[in-house]
Amino acid sequence: MPEPAPVALEALPPQSPWRMFWRQFRRSHLALVGGVLLALFYLLSLFAPFLAPYKQESMDRDRFFHPPHRIHWIDARGHFHPLGFIHPTRMVSLSGLEWEEDRTGVVPIRLFVHGERYRWLGLIPSDRHLFGVDPPYRVFLLGADPSGRDVLSRALYGSQVSLTVGLLGLVISFTIGLLLGGISGYFGGWIDTAIMRTTELLLSIPGLYLIIALRGIFPTTLPSQQVYLAIVVILAFIGWAGLARIIRGMVLSIRRQEYVAAAEALGMSRLRIISRHILPNTLSFVIVAATITIPGYILGEIVLSFLGVGVQEPAASWGNMLTQAQSPALMASMPWLLFVPGTAIFLTVMAFNFLGDGLRDALDPRKVMGGKT
Amino acid sequence: MRTYILRRFLQMIPLLLGISFLTFILLQLAPGDFLTTQAENPMVSQERLDAMKRQFGLDKPWYVQYGLYLENIFLHFDFGESFDRHEKVFVVLREGLLNTLLLALAAALVTWGLAIPLGVWSAVRQYSWVDKGLSVFGVICISIPEVLSGLLLLMLAVRTGWLPIGGMHSLDYDEMDWVGKAIDLLRHLALPALVVGLTPLAGRMRQMRGNLLDVLRLDYVTTARAKGLPENVVVFKHALRNAINPLITLFGYTLGSLVSGALIVEILFSWPGLGRITIEALRMQDQYLVLGSVLMASFVLVLGNLVADILLALADPRIAYA
Repeated sequence: MPEPAPVALEALPPQSPWRMFWRQFRRSHLALVGGVLLALFYLLSLFAPFLAPYKQESMDRDRFFHPPHRIHWIDARGHFHPLGFIHPTRMVSLSGLEWEEDRTGVVPIRLFVHGERYRWLGLIPSDRHLFGVDPPYRVFLLGADPSGRDVLSRALYGSQVSLTVGLLGLVISFTIGLLLGGISGYFGGWIDTAIMRTTELLLSIPGLYLIIALRGIFPTTLPSQQVYLAIVVILAFIGWAGLARIIRGMVLSIRRQEYVAAAEALGMSRLRIISRHILPNTLSFVIVAATITIPGYILGEIVLSFLGVGVQEPAASWGNMLTQAQSPALMASMPWLLFVPGTAIFLTVMAFNFLGDGLRDALDPRKVMGGKT
Repeated sequence: MRTYILRRFLQMIPLLLGISFLTFILLQLAPGDFLTTQAENPMVSQERLDAMKRQFGLDKPWYVQYGLYLENIFLHFDFGESFDRHEKVFVVLREGLLNTLLLALAAALVTWGLAIPLGVWSAVRQYSWVDKGLSVFGVICISIPEVLSGLLLLMLAVRTGWLPIGGMHSLDYDEMDWVGKAIDLLRHLALPALVVGLTPLAGRMRQMRGNLLDVLRLDYVTTARAKGLPENVVVFKHALRNAINPLITLFGYTLGSLVSGALIVEILFSWPGLGRITIEALRMQDQYLVLGSVLMASFVLVLGNLVADILLALADPRIAYA
């Protein structure tokens, strides 16, 4: 390769891998949108108890099946309400599916109201909510479910489960996959054979069937915290096999390189060589693979909860919110039961897909400028 | 070729044994068994419980149980008895498996039937608005999981009443002639197949597009164009044949994910398939039924991979299996 002219080198500012990555990544607008959307979703779930006007299990026995409230700004007397207000509603048909606004009443929406007590992050006690209305009225911006629980609040609380379970499962699963793949590729021999046969075994069971079989280990009904852990364990178990096989292939080629021989000659321990010198070289692949596969993990929880063997009522998850939308009778008359968790799931999965595509383009070494990597 | 197929078949045996062992261990780890649920039922006496325990070998250690299970499969082709349904597991699962396969095949028809023409379309109009529109469509398809697309279509069916919202047959199915039966089955199959088929669609479409673009860059295509052949003939007669090959062999590899994807759709649309049976069996702690259905689903996946490998070898003479 001919030496590049020194002038050309001066023209370009020195580029760290991080800067090169960022320059590539910035070009992909969809990936940025995905990243921002995900950041927003995780923030929303972090502050869920404060943002949600009610607690997830808080029922209103008088207002089940309530449709989303309409927000008005100008009342009957012509007064303008900057934060908006809702009309009190009453049920008009006995079936409980039709509600009518009482045009004369005004229930203003207030900010930072006192409401139900909660502990933020399990530590800080508070009863402040971002918005709400004065009792005995309730505001349902996204409607109420068949037990009179606020769908918005449940979606916010549910995101705390649905957005984190998959992430935790993925982290554990990828750690296992990386380690076993690394060991398998580096040591070879019977260890390699044993690990690879095991991965073949796991990959030969269709995904959802494996999840179901794994779910069988745990009792059918569990308290909600244990269900959370159980789902993490299940998800951690399913994904590592595929990753381990790919990592093994990569390690097989990396270990033949000279710097690995040098590290061996210097007397480094084998596990240290694997973890410090070989696995970091697979990092960009792993990051992309993680982003692309994370929707699968999130959906694992959603499917389990949807089938009634995951997160149990009254705790909310996007999956068990969908269960309520499943009945054909409710589906036709109460679309918000489906659309609220559905939109949340759709946007999350799409955001991860966009982000994953952008990361793949940005981290692909063949695309890096200059040809020297 | 024949030795290759034979060898692959023989390799399946330890794999399936391993799967059965793994699933068996998993079910042993489960707290309680079928009798725990029965014991809560005041109608079932203690003597009856003990009798059932002996009958199903639940009083023996797990390795004896597993040995008995294997012995029955190999000597009598008997996958055990469903505790809950009091029927042979194989009888329960056979019908479910057939229904699931029917659904998976119909879904594959949807996927390939759409992916090939759409992929070709976006390849011949590369970078046009058609291409971009189809790639957006693909992203949306990937981002809607089966649970959601299933619920959405179910909602559509409920609101319009155009298609049945579940099950496999109408109530008056038995009185129909065979044409009516076929139409009835197709009407029930349409929505579930669409849901299962849409998920892998985007990937296959991209693949078709990529393959065709690769082939269109090859020298022989340039030669064909230089001879003055019309573009239609170049694309459809010369290029497409080579580009479509990998897609056909991929069918086998997708079978497993179709069966897996069918599980959730079977629940949504009350399709009497393997997945529904498995979920119910899981809830009832019906050990042999869960074991049998996971084995069968895995068998379909392994067989699909085998078929794909064989098709690949048949379609591409460059791949030689020694």
